[in-house]
Amino acid sequence: MAFKIIASQCTQCGACEFECPSEAIKFKGDAYVIDPIKCTECKEAFDKQQCVSVCPVPKTCVPA
Amino acid sequence: MSSPTVSIEGPTSTTSEGFLAAAKSGGCAPSSYGSSPTSPGDVDPAIWDKIKDHPCFSEEAHHYFARMHVAVAPACNVQCNYCNRKYDCANESRPGVVSEKLTPDQALRKVIAVANEVPQLSVLGIAGPGDACYDWEKTKATFDRVIREIPDIKLCVSTNGLVLPDHVAELAEMNVDHVTITINMVDPEVGAKIYPWIFYENRRYFGIEAARILHARQMLGLEMLSARGILTKINSVMIPGVNDQHLFEVNKMVKERGAFLHNVMPLISDPAHGTHYGLIGQRGPTAMEMMALQDRLEGGAKLMRHCRQCRADAVGLLGEDRGQEFTLDGIPDDVTYDAGKRQAYRQVVAHERRDHEAARSEAIGMVKATDSEKSLLVAVATKGGGRVNEHFGHAKEFQVYEVSPRGISLVGHRKVERYCLGGGGEDATLEGVFAALEGIHIVLCAKIGNRPKEQLSRAGLRVTDAYGHDYIETAVSALYAAEFGIRPLAATA
Ligand code: SF4
Ligand code: SF4
Ligand code: SF4
Repeated sequence: MAFKIIASQCTQCGACEFECPSEAIKFKGDAYVIDPIKCTECKEAFDKQQCVSVCPVPKTCVPA
Repeated sequence: MSSPTVSIEGPTSTTSEGFLAAAKSGGCAPSSYGSSPTSPGDVDPAIWDKIKDHPCFSEEAHHYFARMHVAVAPACNVQCNYCNRKYDCANESRPGVVSEKLTPDQALRKVIAVANEVPQLSVLGIAGPGDACYDWEKTKATFDRVIREIPDIKLCVSTNGLVLPDHVAELAEMNVDHVTITINMVDPEVGAKIYPWIFYENRRYFGIEAARILHARQMLGLEMLSARGILTKINSVMIPGVNDQHLFEVNKMVKERGAFLHNVMPLISDPAHGTHYGLIGQRGPTAMEMMALQDRLEGGAKLMRHCRQCRADAVGLLGEDRGQEFTLDGIPDDVTYDAGKRQAYRQVVAHERRDHEAARSEAIGMVKATDSEKSLLVAVATKGGGRVNEHFGHAKEFQVYEVSPRGISLVGHRKVERYCLGGGGEDATLEGVFAALEGIHIVLCAKIGNRPKEQLSRAGLRVTDAYGHDYIETAVSALYAAEFGIRPLAATA
């Protein structure tokens, strides 16, 4: 399982890229995207997904 | 390699119309009445040394030196109601907006490419989108790489201040001499109307609680920087009805904590930018409202009057943005720094500066000697070097000078649509120019065609190219004397 970013809601603040422990988030073309292969859902690292907790827009980082 | 020829725009003669010959020479020290330092006489020599090549910290330097911003730190931990990082429009310049996000390595390539091409380059800043201190690893990596290649470039960061205290020691270690903190409030009640939330120590905070934390951290960061002798500029966004009156308190409080400059900028709230303020119809101040507020703030912390609210990837002199010339795909993978142009340019500036400073104090002396009570707002078209050297039709902005019994000073700038985009000018643009120049008495430029000149004069705005290529101060002082029909008094000493 992995998380994904709803591009239409994302404000491109970049905070998720910076906080992601798995380096799964990159700015590609014109949007932030999560690499489903790298995303670990933050298991082991944190009790809550970091992209979800930093993201300023509710329901923008969601389970894929 | 032969040494490149570098010159400052325009010829080097300084006098105009023989007015200065009649003026008393020397005598009066330049006055800056509380605005950003304009000459070595205004500040402590050690501080002058730090700011003399920094276009934002010294108004005088902004005629000669250029900055570039690299957008390496997009992540942000504060949300401001006037910000939306998502939209980038090539025709627009405002803080936080950027076309290209760079990695530290890409940034290094870009800085070298610009340094090789733009001899005026003296400052590298990281100013968003995002927060340079929050996204610290990238900021630091960029600075480390650049300073290894170009040791004499000045480093500058811009931050919201939330995590600034955590990095003050490292900033000092890296010789970052200039830090800009955006401080829009010192009262969390006001702050809650500007910041919907902050992200701090792995948690999101909202409303008053968020503003209270942000305020405490900003003050702490500012005090820590002052204690280390790092110069600080405080940026405040003027939001009519929200914090415009409150900015007096901000000015006072930051001054008490050692802030070097205070830069009040107008809110930009075009609904098309998709910011919260844009969407709810919060308006920005007019140019005249901005000036009135700045005038009332004079006497507190020194004010910066020459800020252009640059894009976060701007390149060049403050009034221009050559960022589009230096996009990554145009820069070779391998670039080597060549110090030639920058060094040659510095020598030219050193000479030109002495000449300009002399002309400037002479001009100010003359204005004072006229003993007039009147004041004049003059808009000047310039492309650098402190001279009236831009064609009216090519100007993208006008610098506004006030000439009064107190002396001559830059009080702001007005952005305009370029009137002449190849061929004949558009009448609609001319109307826009006219509106942008509200309150201005006379416009000075290097050249203007008869048609626009007549049209403007019919609309009540005078434009003249009689002072083309003079130093700005020389020109405006001669104009002042001519305008009020006052012959300069004979020297008394
Ligand atoms: S859930 Fe965790 S690992 Fe996955 S993208 Fe978000 S921050 Fe990265
Ligand atoms: S944190 Fe949210 S808004 Fe910010 S870039 Fe990531 S997905 Fe977009
Ligand atoms: S935004 Fe203002 S302070 Fe920052 S570089 Fe531009 S002119 Fe200077």
